Amino acid sequence: MHNIKTVFYRELIGFFNSPMAYIFLVIFAIVNGYFFTNRFFLFGQSDLRSLFDIVPLVFLFFVPAISMGSISRENDIGTMETMSTLPLSNYQFVMGKFSAALCLILLGLLATFIHLITLVFVGTNIDYGALFSGYLGLSFMGASFAAIGIYASSLTQNQVVAFIIGLFMVLIFYMLDKTLVFVPSSLAGFLQFLAIDYHLSNMSRGVIDSRNLVYFFSMIGFFLFLTVQTLEVRRWK
Amino acid sequence: MIKVKKLSKNYGAVEAVKSISFDLNDGEVIGFLGANGAGKTTTLKMITGYMVPTEGSITVNGLDIIDDTHEIQKQIGYLPELNPLYAEMRVYDYLEFLAAIRNIKGSQFKDALSRVVEQCGLRGVVHKNISDCSKGYKQRIGLAAAMIHDPKILILDEPVTGLDPNQIIEIRSLIKSLGEEKLVFMSSHILQEIQATVDRIIIINQGEIVANGTNEELMTSFMGNVLLTMEVKGAKVESIKHIQASLPHVKFISSKKEKSIQTVQFEYDKSKDSREDIFKYAVKNKWSILKMTPKTTDLEDIFRNLTMEGGGDA
Repeated sequence: MHNIKTVFYRELIGFFNSPMAYIFLVIFAIVNGYFFTNRFFLFGQSDLRSLFDIVPLVFLFFVPAISMGSISRENDIGTMETMSTLPLSNYQFVMGKFSAALCLILLGLLATFIHLITLVFVGTNIDYGALFSGYLGLSFMGASFAAIGIYASSLTQNQVVAFIIGLFMVLIFYMLDKTLVFVPSSLAGFLQFLAIDYHLSNMSRGVIDSRNLVYFFSMIGFFLFLTVQTLEVRRWK
Repeated sequence: MIKVKKLSKNYGAVEAVKSISFDLNDGEVIGFLGANGAGKTTTLKMITGYMVPTEGSITVNGLDIIDDTHEIQKQIGYLPELNPLYAEMRVYDYLEFLAAIRNIKGSQFKDALSRVVEQCGLRGVVHKNISDCSKGYKQRIGLAAAMIHDPKILILDEPVTGLDPNQIIEIRSLIKSLGEEKLVFMSSHILQEIQATVDRIIIINQGEIVANGTNEELMTSFMGNVLLTMEVKGAKVESIKHIQASLPHVKFISSKKEKSIQTVQFEYDKSKDSREDIFKYAVKNKWSILKMTPKTTDLEDIFRNLTMEGGGDA
């Protein structure tokens, strides 16, 4: 745990030492703010649906961008060798990286609280439960994308390649339930369960189902496990 | 103490290291010498646990590198080739980060920091960004990072490559002083870098150990014949070419005449100094000797001969 915390702090400070974190937070806030305010007053409803609709789309591009350098850069500049020869396990290393990326994503979500505050002031009959589960869903989605992005980052030394692989993978999970009409019905249920949007939409509506939680935890666990294995396999090559 | 036994590493079909064995003892500074691509870095990567051997074993103070990787890594300080650093970090933060992973915190860290700052001469740059430091300083930061936990074993991969002559001398003397109480294993592809610093030299070529011993031991076992170059006047070609008939231990190599001066080369075994015999033979045959220069093999020649056939990049 101690080592995870040490890697986490280094990574987080690394984000804020480079323009990365600031660019992410500012653009994230602007894009979400623009689409939210555009549609919020059109609907005339006391919820954050317009925000919860746009954030996943923004995440599609932003999360792979945040995580693209997390391991690929270490591979590129050679610090991976320093890290691998410290008494630090691959699991601790990956968890530290993941927590830092997640922390930045949560900070981004925190920036959208300004819209929540707006809603609290101007709205009536607000369903706080749905807001909570919506934010929880977005956090889980961000975490899953971060795990995928970090896995993509472990596969290469090139940040741009890591971004493209990451984007491609998150797009697959995002688009899966939009392709259901084209697949045989026997497969549809299975593919729908794999689709991240399906689980998120449940939570955006205020439903916290254990199946959704199992899905998100499995996604995060699976991709972090793959990342650790990728690092492990490299030693044996 | 490090024991390497029948260590091999294959990259696909390429055998980078081929069943090498050697022991490294505490309090010794050992140079690991080889041409580029000879397998030095691969060997060091295996000893530090970055890579797993294809075959063979490495034990460090009785611990096995595969079963006790982290325990071994606690005892080793490693400066990788090309000295990778987080350029965006401050020197202080970088050293604090590495120390934290090694569980050195608070006052312990302060003590460790002042020790490495003193040893590596980092006083002026501790609060600078690594990216703002010169190459020489970066190398020292890499060394300080390898030494922050005061390890018993230091493994340095080409520690002086790319430094200017003054910096090389500084790092050399630092390594020498560290070697008084630590096991230092340093690699290089340049003989002079190693020769001045180490107690023992291990030479690797194309993945195989071709020599292992002190300077003197290598000289004795690999020194070949003595090549004697003479400039003489008034010598008959027959008397030069047939020297072996009178002096069986002296072999004629070559002869070249320019104006009246003849440059002649003879060879004799290093164990028997034949200069006096050759001198007497010259007098008998009425040669006027203008110059007589024996050339023995030096360590540079030994290294060149042993590593003549360079390999690929391993």
